[in-house]
Amino acid sequence: MQTKKIINDGNRSVDEMLEGILAAHPRHLRSVDGSPRSIVARDGPRPGKVGLVIGGGSGHEPTFLGFVGKGLADAAAIGNVFASPPPDPILECAKAVSGGAGVLFMYGNYAGDVMNFDMAAEMAAMDDIEVRTVLTTDDVASAPRDQRDKRRGVAGNFFIFKAAGAACDRMLSFDECERIARKANGHTFTMGVALSPCSLPQTRRPNFEIGADEMEIGMGIHGEPGIARGKLKTADEITDEMLDRILAEMAPSRGDKVAVLVNSLGSTPLMELYIMNRHVKQRLDDIGVAIHATWVGNYCTSLEMAGASVTLEHLDGELQTMLDHPCDCAMFRAG
Amino acid sequence: MTAIDTARLKHMFDAIAVAIEADKDRLCQLDGVIGDADHGIAMALGFGAVRDALEPLDLAAIEPTALLNTAAKSFLNAVGASSGPLYATALMRGAAAIKGKAALADADVIALFQAMTQGIKDRGKAEIGEKTMIDAWQPAAQAAATAHAAGKSLAESLDAAFAAAERGAEATKDMIAAKGRSSRLGERSLGHIDPGAASAVTVIGAMKSSLG
Repeated sequence: MQTKKIINDGNRSVDEMLEGILAAHPRHLRSVDGSPRSIVARDGPRPGKVGLVIGGGSGHEPTFLGFVGKGLADAAAIGNVFASPPPDPILECAKAVSGGAGVLFMYGNYAGDVMNFDMAAEMAAMDDIEVRTVLTTDDVASAPRDQRDKRRGVAGNFFIFKAAGAACDRMLSFDECERIARKANGHTFTMGVALSPCSLPQTRRPNFEIGADEMEIGMGIHGEPGIARGKLKTADEITDEMLDRILAEMAPSRGDKVAVLVNSLGSTPLMELYIMNRHVKQRLDDIGVAIHATWVGNYCTSLEMAGASVTLEHLDGELQTMLDHPCDCAMFRAG
Repeated sequence: MTAIDTARLKHMFDAIAVAIEADKDRLCQLDGVIGDADHGIAMALGFGAVRDALEPLDLAAIEPTALLNTAAKSFLNAVGASSGPLYATALMRGAAAIKGKAALADADVIALFQAMTQGIKDRGKAEIGEKTMIDAWQPAAQAAATAHAAGKSLAESLDAAFAAAERGAEATKDMIAAKGRSSRLGERSLGHIDPGAASAVTVIGAMKSSLG
């Protein structure tokens, strides 16, 4: 049986979504002429500023294009559902935001994205645009600690892009922007749990099977199998399992500061996210770690998947400054 | 044996598009087991775009290289994902390997096959045994070259390629994924055919039927 969706034509869903987004946010976003999958900030890109291009597959809204705006990303290249954009729209983004100071490509670490963005970087070099790439690898569940560079990028993108976008907006050098982007990635840790699958608009079939009473810890945001499947537990137990892994790697000291993101994978409601967040606060209080700021809601989704992720960013003075730097995007504002 | 001209190559792409479209649901299901369930969609989208891009071309006026480059570009821009850069690179390398030929002799088709395979390897940086489409493409290219060198006809060489691709794809069941999304699965990828290898068999099968 096909899943229920409010769509017209599964093959047109991404383009129709983009039309709707541009209709809703004309003050923030525009598409590049002749390249409708290249979404650029109205305000932000300017001469002398390092350009920040993010991007990836659709289906994770508000990631990626919701974070395009002054103080955050300058442009996002949009792919098909769960599929990397091809090189052309990425290249068009780079051209649109290049201010002569270099362009940073940032996206989640997936094989397809790496190939397409690398091809776009090679093409940009032929147009005399210097591109550097920082991959996000915040998903603790996706590879062991000693293989951090193999990990996926998931909801922690939010903090990592935020830090890089702030560095670019503060007109820091290309080297500094890259350094801060890498540092933010190294300080950001995410764990997710999935309760029920999502379905692609073109297939309208659940993309994995899971028992009515089961959950899967560590499942990826495209339904990639995680690290352990078991019976559904309570919110506090699930939150504990996530935080145990995150804190073991982050190893914060008493008095350290973190930023918190409790994120829905799509259909899990705010009520459940706040129940989880309650326990995040309890756990961090217990070990004397201060919460500088918290976001709760849909920040990196997987269509209508049920489940949630918890992300902590381990802050120091510099990362806190970047986090507090104002930004004004179509789907996110700060400062 | 008549040489293969631009029109024959265009028929080959039409045959691939038909074969992949028919295979779409199976490929998505294979991908759902160890990936994100969209491989059939991406492949059908890509070869559908190739068919549409080649349709208006004046086949008498262009050489095989230009046809393959057009196919590469249209596949890439329709798909992105992993299969976009991999097949686009394959087709561009294939195009380069037969540059300047108005029609392809048997040896040219074998060279095209080899160059496509090398393109996929270079772009994806995959080796044999890592549970990817290379596990079908590489043995197929080798089998075609070996059969051709032994004096077999093009049809026999492509039959050998297809059989080797099928065996290679089947063998991915016993491999632990080392590249791509499924590599995060570790041993949980055992027992499942790699969808990229499965679609490679379909593509090679359509090439065999239309060129052999």
